Amino acid sequence: MAWRKMRAAGASAAAVLMMAGCAGEGAQDNQQPHQPLKVVGQFELHSLDPSTSGGFFTRLQVAETLVDADPQGVLRPGLATGWDTSPDGLTWAFRLRPDAHFHDGTPVTAASVAAALDTARGKAGTPLSEVPVRAITADGQAVKVALAKPFAPLAAVLAHTSTQILAPSSYTVDRKVTEIVGSGPYRIKRLEQPANIELAAFEQWQGQKPAITEVKYQAVGRSESRALMAESGQSDVTFGMDPTSLQRLKQAGEVDIADVTLPRTILLKVNAGHEILGDVRVRRALSMALDRESMATALLRDPEMAATQLFPPSLPQWHQKSITALSHDPSGARELLARAGWSPGPGGTLERNGKKFTVTLRTFPDRPELPILATAIQAKLKELGIALEVKIGNSSEIPAGHQDGSLELGLYARNYALVPDAMVTLADDFGPDGADHGAMGWNSPALTSTLNTMASGSDTDGSAEGRRQVTEILQSELPVIPVAWYRQSAVVSQRVDGLVLDPLERSWRLTDLTWTK
Amino acid sequence: MTASITTRRAPAAPAARVLRQRAVQAVGVVFLVSTACFAIVQSLPGDIAYRIAAGRYGYDQVTAASADTVRAELGLDRPAWQQLLDWLGDLISLDLGNSLVTGADVAGELGLYFSSSLQLAAAALVLALAVGATGGALAAARPGGALDRITTFWVSGARALPPFLLGLVLILVFSVHLGVLPAAGHGEASNFVLPAATLAVGLSGLFARVTRDAVAQIRQSEYVRFAATKGLGGRLVFLRHVLRNTGVTLIAYVGVQMLILIEGVIVVESLFAWPGLGHALVHAIFWRDIPMIQATAVALALLVVVLNTVVDLGSLAIDPRPRRREVVL
Repeated sequence: MAWRKMRAAGASAAAVLMMAGCAGEGAQDNQQPHQPLKVVGQFELHSLDPSTSGGFFTRLQVAETLVDADPQGVLRPGLATGWDTSPDGLTWAFRLRPDAHFHDGTPVTAASVAAALDTARGKAGTPLSEVPVRAITADGQAVKVALAKPFAPLAAVLAHTSTQILAPSSYTVDRKVTEIVGSGPYRIKRLEQPANIELAAFEQWQGQKPAITEVKYQAVGRSESRALMAESGQSDVTFGMDPTSLQRLKQAGEVDIADVTLPRTILLKVNAGHEILGDVRVRRALSMALDRESMATALLRDPEMAATQLFPPSLPQWHQKSITALSHDPSGARELLARAGWSPGPGGTLERNGKKFTVTLRTFPDRPELPILATAIQAKLKELGIALEVKIGNSSEIPAGHQDGSLELGLYARNYALVPDAMVTLADDFGPDGADHGAMGWNSPALTSTLNTMASGSDTDGSAEGRRQVTEILQSELPVIPVAWYRQSAVVSQRVDGLVLDPLERSWRLTDLTWTK
Repeated sequence: MTASITTRRAPAAPAARVLRQRAVQAVGVVFLVSTACFAIVQSLPGDIAYRIAAGRYGYDQVTAASADTVRAELGLDRPAWQQLLDWLGDLISLDLGNSLVTGADVAGELGLYFSSSLQLAAAALVLALAVGATGGALAAARPGGALDRITTFWVSGARALPPFLLGLVLILVFSVHLGVLPAAGHGEASNFVLPAATLAVGLSGLFARVTRDAVAQIRQSEYVRFAATKGLGGRLVFLRHVLRNTGVTLIAYVGVQMLILIEGVIVVESLFAWPGLGHALVHAIFWRDIPMIQATAVALALLVVVLNTVVDLGSLAIDPRPRRREVVL
């Protein structure tokens, strides 16, 4: 009897103590917010491979690329201190930073860099795999890249995150990446896929030592949860805010908001080989039907993000201030459609030769603004008598529909500066054969030859004129119809100073942050 | 001859019989569930290679080229029956394979997700039992009394509140306003409190209700009245007779609720960024990560078998009354 009583009392006491322990720990966390820096974002880490990890480790400054870029997209030294090109443009030499070390303590050698690049080159779909490379070799403390034909934007391609340089100890014998051993200012302390990464400052880093020596990254899927973490002070830097939460946090005024316009455009990919959409007048009419300002104001909560052309102001070399802006003009759209032979049928839907104007738009929910923009577009086109069916599925349905020719319209966001020189992405997207995330059934010999001249590097003086021509052709022919630009915001707690967002999304620049005094 | 049969039907047999039956059941369940999963995924619309490529490379980089690489690497061109046989063959050798999207070992990934979900469910269960069973037992002491009415109100309130809303309210109160607990996340002990409490509130209502009814009923039973008549004190009657008999009802009920709990934590996991089974399953289905879907479904199915076994054994232990006629004979 007495034993039973004691056992019951013991169990209750243990339960109470456990709960008290949990609560105590929470309170303690809150009192010591300064160690480590807590970063929260929507991105989950599903793979360590540089070609698929979406630039996680360059953003966290764990791994470096040979070439870096400043916020304007101008190339600058990364792991390479400089580079030279042979007069014929076929051989490039990248000189490595002397005394650079990997996080496992081994020196960064030209041989290990060449091996990492060779592995990157073998991955399908990466920008480096598209470059006409003959061989990548080590030459003393330099890495030599031999090309089959001149390719001016090579240095920009070597700034793409898929070309990050990892130590030989990162790879297995068959070149699979099993751990991330980079050469950047932070090293991985603990990594738990898919949601947790812990970093510590790398002692042998030669550059300026980061003021914040420990960082914890946590992936949180729901934007409401991220907003609450920012609001409660649990996170110091929070990425991926939805427009409504952002507006609420701004109004509350207890956190700082950093933002930057990205070189990312939300656009409608149009099948220009389609019997209805092949007519440029119809594409222009679709563009005029869109009320971009209202969509940006009501749905993105940011009127400045209404696209007036394909390239946002954050791509200053490509954005043309003087170009005629795309604008909302329903009566102009009706006129163009009438000229293309479309007239309202009995049910209000436009008809031509007894065939109704019915098209399907595919999009996906990974970027939460896309489905709501799709329904806004649907409503606007309905006013013109166009029946638009919206299908929300998986992001892969757009490239799949491109390949089998079944895609009519696709709505997605395209980043033109994943390689800092937008030319690389544009040459692929608007080449003669089109591309999964570019033109479909559309070809402009003038645009192709302009891009080819720029890629070969033979016309450096005329680049500005070339870029103007490219923008103008795209604006008038509309193989893709720009809808909105994109602003990235981060919520920063008042414990932290110095966050400046990188429009190229290459780095979160955590090394520049300091604790508020 | 007769003697040997009698020996085989000795009282130790029930537990062994339960284990034997459940083991056969487990093998059948694994085979059926994994085959059904495979068939369902194969019949879903869309090209699997493209879906996997979207999972691997992200929406910025999913292209026909990356889908072709995936197809070639994973041998997705092979006939479906061959792929299924490969999986079943690997399963027999206890190899769950590698994720088609992340390339990681499925057993390792599953272990992580499974243990986080189990930990969360267990914490919620302990909390719910502590609050619910105690509340129910106290309420049954005076049916119709103030505590009984408060419990009824609590039960209806807790059941009417969706976990998502309750979770948000708890975060707003304890994280945003009071600042004593983390809003979301995983990895520290304090991260347990809010998601476990969110799950426990709804459950505790149910437990309170079931305990209250069982206790009230048992208090009215003849054996309890006899125990009181023969002079046992109230506390002793409760501990020796009421508690044990309530346990029989409650264990079976908790078993069922535990299953619902583990399979139903998806919303709470998503709100609190908890890397659990719900998270794993949703991603795996979205990406058509067949080995991961199969392994997760098999693990969930086996969990049902294991929990049923534990409930059976638990009930046997506290209620050793014979269940089969031959033992009585």
